[in-house]
Amino acid sequence: MSKSIEAIDLNVYYGDFLAVEGVNVKIEPRTVVAFIGPSGCGKTTFLRTMNRMHEVLPGATVKGQLLLDQENIYGSAVDPVRVRSKVGMVFQRPNPFPTMTIRDNVLAGFKLNGVRMGRKQADEIVERSLKGANLWNEVKDRLEKPGSGLSGGQQQRLCIARTIAVQPEVILMDEPCSALDPISTLAVEDLIGELKEHFTIVIVTHNMQQASRVSDKTAFFNIAGTGKPGKLIEFDYTDKIFSNPTEKATEDYITGRFG
Amino acid sequence: MTTTSVDEIIPSKSSLTAGQLPRWTPLAVGGGALAVSALVMLLIGFNLPGWIVIAWLLFVPSMFVATRAVEGHQAGVDRLWTVLVYSAFALALLPLVSIVVEVLTQGLPGVVDPGFFTNTMQYATSLTDQQAVEAGTDIKGGILHAIVGSLLVTLAATVISVPVGLLTSIYLVEYGRDGWLSRAIVFFVDVMTGIPSIVAGLFGAALLLTLVGPQDNLMGFTAACALSVLMIPVVVRSTTEMLRVVPNELREASYALGVRKSLTILKVVIPTAISGIASGVTLAIARVIGETAPILVTAGVATRLNANLFSDWMMTLPVFIYRQLQNPTAPAAPGPSLERAWGAALVLIVIVMVLNLASRMIARAFAPKKTGR
Amino acid sequence: MSTQTRGSKVAQSTETQVETQPPAPRPRDNAAGRMGDKVFAAICLGAGILILLVLAGVAAFLVRDAAPAILASPDELGRDTTFWGYVWPLVVGTLIASGIAIVVATPVAIGIALFISHFAPKRLSQPLGYMIDLLAAIPSVVYGLWGATFFGPLLVPLYAWLSENASFIPIFGPTYSAAGRTLLTASLVLAVMILPIVTSLSRELFLQTPKLHEEAALALGATRWEMIKAAVFPFARAGVISAIMLGLGRALGETMAVTLVLSQGPLTANLLNAGNSTIPAEIALNFPEAFGLRQSELIAAGLVLFVITLVVNMLARAIVSRYKEFSGAN
Repeated sequence: MSKSIEAIDLNVYYGDFLAVEGVNVKIEPRTVVAFIGPSGCGKTTFLRTMNRMHEVLPGATVKGQLLLDQENIYGSAVDPVRVRSKVGMVFQRPNPFPTMTIRDNVLAGFKLNGVRMGRKQADEIVERSLKGANLWNEVKDRLEKPGSGLSGGQQQRLCIARTIAVQPEVILMDEPCSALDPISTLAVEDLIGELKEHFTIVIVTHNMQQASRVSDKTAFFNIAGTGKPGKLIEFDYTDKIFSNPTEKATEDYITGRFG
Repeated sequence: MTTTSVDEIIPSKSSLTAGQLPRWTPLAVGGGALAVSALVMLLIGFNLPGWIVIAWLLFVPSMFVATRAVEGHQAGVDRLWTVLVYSAFALALLPLVSIVVEVLTQGLPGVVDPGFFTNTMQYATSLTDQQAVEAGTDIKGGILHAIVGSLLVTLAATVISVPVGLLTSIYLVEYGRDGWLSRAIVFFVDVMTGIPSIVAGLFGAALLLTLVGPQDNLMGFTAACALSVLMIPVVVRSTTEMLRVVPNELREASYALGVRKSLTILKVVIPTAISGIASGVTLAIARVIGETAPILVTAGVATRLNANLFSDWMMTLPVFIYRQLQNPTAPAAPGPSLERAWGAALVLIVIVMVLNLASRMIARAFAPKKTGR
Repeated sequence: MSTQTRGSKVAQSTETQVETQPPAPRPRDNAAGRMGDKVFAAICLGAGILILLVLAGVAAFLVRDAAPAILASPDELGRDTTFWGYVWPLVVGTLIASGIAIVVATPVAIGIALFISHFAPKRLSQPLGYMIDLLAAIPSVVYGLWGATFFGPLLVPLYAWLSENASFIPIFGPTYSAAGRTLLTASLVLAVMILPIVTSLSRELFLQTPKLHEEAALALGATRWEMIKAAVFPFARAGVISAIMLGLGRALGETMAVTLVLSQGPLTANLLNAGNSTIPAEIALNFPEAFGLRQSELIAAGLVLFVITLVVNMLARAIVSRYKEFSGAN
C-alpha cells in the first residue's frame, strides 16, 4: 500500500518568485513526518507539490524531481490526476461537499470519477472508511444526512474517510487540526497514529506539541526574510529535533525564540 | 431651556429628553398644514392634488423651523432630510400602487371574458367588437395565440442563451482566470447588457434577412435570436457571480481525490451553485418574456395560432397588448380591444411575478446547507 | 464525545488491523478522461468566443444594413435632407425624454433607497425591498399601457394650468394636448420605470456601507442625516452614479413606454403638446411596414442609438473606476 517519497533538488515557484529552494528529503513508507516552521516558510507550498496540487494555482511551477517509489511524479508524461489519486490530501479547514450526504461524501472519489459499483461494495467501502476514520459509530445512523451538518471535528474526520476510501499510497495533511477544538484535535491525532499502519503520512503543523506527539520524523523549514525562498533546514527523528537539534535555527525555533 | 409642555408627555424629567419636541409634533404640524391649505383651496376652488401639494409645501418648512427653534440647527437639518426622504417614498408609492391597482381593476373584466384563454383573435373582427359595444354581446377573441407564442419564443431564447451563458461563465471563472480573452469577454458582456432592446431586435431582423432573405425573416426563431442577445449577458453575469462564490476548497478537495477538472466543475462546482444559477436564469426569463420591441420587429404580429417557430409570424403577449392599444380591432369601438389589452397585461404581470417569486424560492429552497458551526 | 471516541477507538483499531483491504475500484481509461478534460475546456472557450462573435455580428450587421441610408442622397431617401438631417431631431427628442426622466427619478430613487436602508423600521425594510424588485420586473409595455390610458389623461388639468400660467417658458408653450399624450408624459412614465432600477441598485449599496463607519459617525454625536452624509454617501457614491447611468441607459433605449404614450410628431420645444419623437419609438412604429431604403434608415437610427447608449455606459464605467479609489469600497 504505502510508498516512500523522495524529493531531489526541488525548487517551487509562484510565477518568477522562488518560494521554496533546493529541498532534498526522503520519507520512508508507513511513517508520519511532520513539517514545522514559521509562517510563510514554504512548508504548505512544498506539501502541495507532493500531489501536484501546487500547479492548480495560476502561474505556479516546480523544478526538480519528486519520486514516489522511484517514479518521478513530475515526469513529462505523468498525468497529475493519476498522481492525486495515489497521494490524498486533507485540508486546513474541513471541506465536505455541501450538496452530498455523509455516505456520498465518503464515496466522492468514486462517484465524481464516474466509477460504477454495486450497492454492497459501496456499503463496504463506506463502512470501512468511516471505521478507519473513527467516525463510524457517530454517523452510522445518519449516513443519508448532509455532511455539512456534522461538527467541525466530525467533518474533518469525514474528509479523512473520503481520502482513505480511494486507498491512496500517501496522505498529505495541511494543518488538519488548526480549525478544530482540542477534543476534536485529540480525536484526529489518535487517528493519525492508526492510519500510520497503512499509509505514509505527511503533516504540516504550526503546533510543535502536535508534531512531537504524532510524528516519527520532523522536518524544520525556515525563511531568511520576506522575499527570500524557504528552505529545509533540518530533517531528523522527532526525538532528536526536539531534544538535540543540529542546527542553531531549529533550536531557536523549538525553544520559542522566534516564529 | 424651559420644558413646560414636554413634561406632561415624558413623565420622568431627564436631562437627555429635555428640550425636545413632543412626539406628536409631525401630526400636529401636518394637520395644521392641511387646514391652512384647505383655506387656500376654498379661496381658489378646491381640488385634491392642489390641496395635498400646498399642504406639503407648508409642512416641510414648518417642521424644519419648529425643530430648529426647539432642538437646534443640527436637529433641524436632520428633521428636514428625514421629512424629504419619507416624502420621496410616499411620492414614489403613488404611481407604483396606481399601476398595480389599474392592472387589477382594468384587467380582471378582460380575464373573465368567456374564451379569453382558449380563443385566438382569428374570429374576432371589428364587427364582433362593435356588436359587443352596441348590443352588449360577449366580447370575442382571446390571447391563446399570444400565450403560446410568448412561451415558445421565450423557451427558444432560453434554450439558446442558457448553455452559451453557462459555458461562458465556466470559462470565465474556471479557465480564463485573468487573461486578456476573459477580460475582453467580461467587457463585451457589459457592453451587451447596455444594448437597447430595440437594437437587439434590429440585429435579429438583420441576421435573418441575410440568412433567409427578405420574405421569410419575420418568424418566431428570429425573435428568439434577438431575445438571446438580451438574455445571454444577464445569464453570464448572474452565473459568473454564483460560480465565484463556490469556495475554492471544494475544488481542491475534488482535485485531491484525483478527479479531473471537467468532472470537478460538472459534479462539484455546478451542483453547489445550482440554486443561484437557476434563480438567475429564472430572473432572466422573467425579463425577456416581457420584452416587446425586439419581437415587434422580428416575429411581427399575428391573429391566429402559430406554433411553428420557423415559419410565419407569431404573436406574443407584450406585442398583443401593444397592438390592441395602438391598432384597436374596431377603430370605432376601441373598448373591447382595451379590455383585452388590460386582460393580457394582467396575465403578463402575473407570469412575471410568479417567475420572480419562483426565482426567490429556488434560491432559498435549494441553497446548500451552511456548515453546522 | 471524547470518551466515546476513545472507547470506540479500541474496538475499531483491532478491526482495521485485522482487515485485509480489498483493492478499490479504479476510474476507467486515463487517456479518455484527459481528452474529455480538453474537449470540455474547448467547449467553454468556444462559448466565450461565440459571445464575442455575436457582438461583432450585431455591430457588423447593423453597420452593413445602415450604410446605404447613411450614404444616400436626400433624393434617394425621398425627403429634403440627408440621413443626419432626419436623425438629429430624434436624437434630441431621445435625450430630452431621458434627461427629464433621470432628473426626476434620481432624487426620488435615492430617497426611497435611503428610506428602505436607513429610515424604515427593520421589519418593513425587507418586504419593501422585495416589492421594489418586483416593480423593476414589470414589463415596459404595461407601463406604456398605464401611461397612455391612465396617467396621461390624469395630467391634462396640470398641463392646462401650466399652459395658462407658465407659457412664458417655451417648454410649457401655449397649446397643450387634451389627451395628455406628450413628451413630458412620456418622460414621467420613463421616470417611474427607471425608479425601481435605480432604487434597488442604490439600496444594495447603502446596505453595504460598513457598519463600523456608520457607528463611528453616530458615536461622535452625529444625527442620522449627518451619519448618512459622512459614512453612507462617500461609500456609495461611485456605485450610485453608475446606477443612475444604468437607469439613463435604460431610459434611452426604452421603446414601448414612449411609443404608446407619445403622439409623435416633428421636434418642438413645447413639451405639453403632441410632437417630438425618440429613436426607439420611431423604429417600433415604422419598422414593421418598412422596406428597402426606409428599413435601412431605421436600422441606421438604431445604430446611432446603440452608439449613444455605449457612450453613456462607458462614461459610467469611467466614473466608477475614477471614484473607486476614494470610496473605501474594496
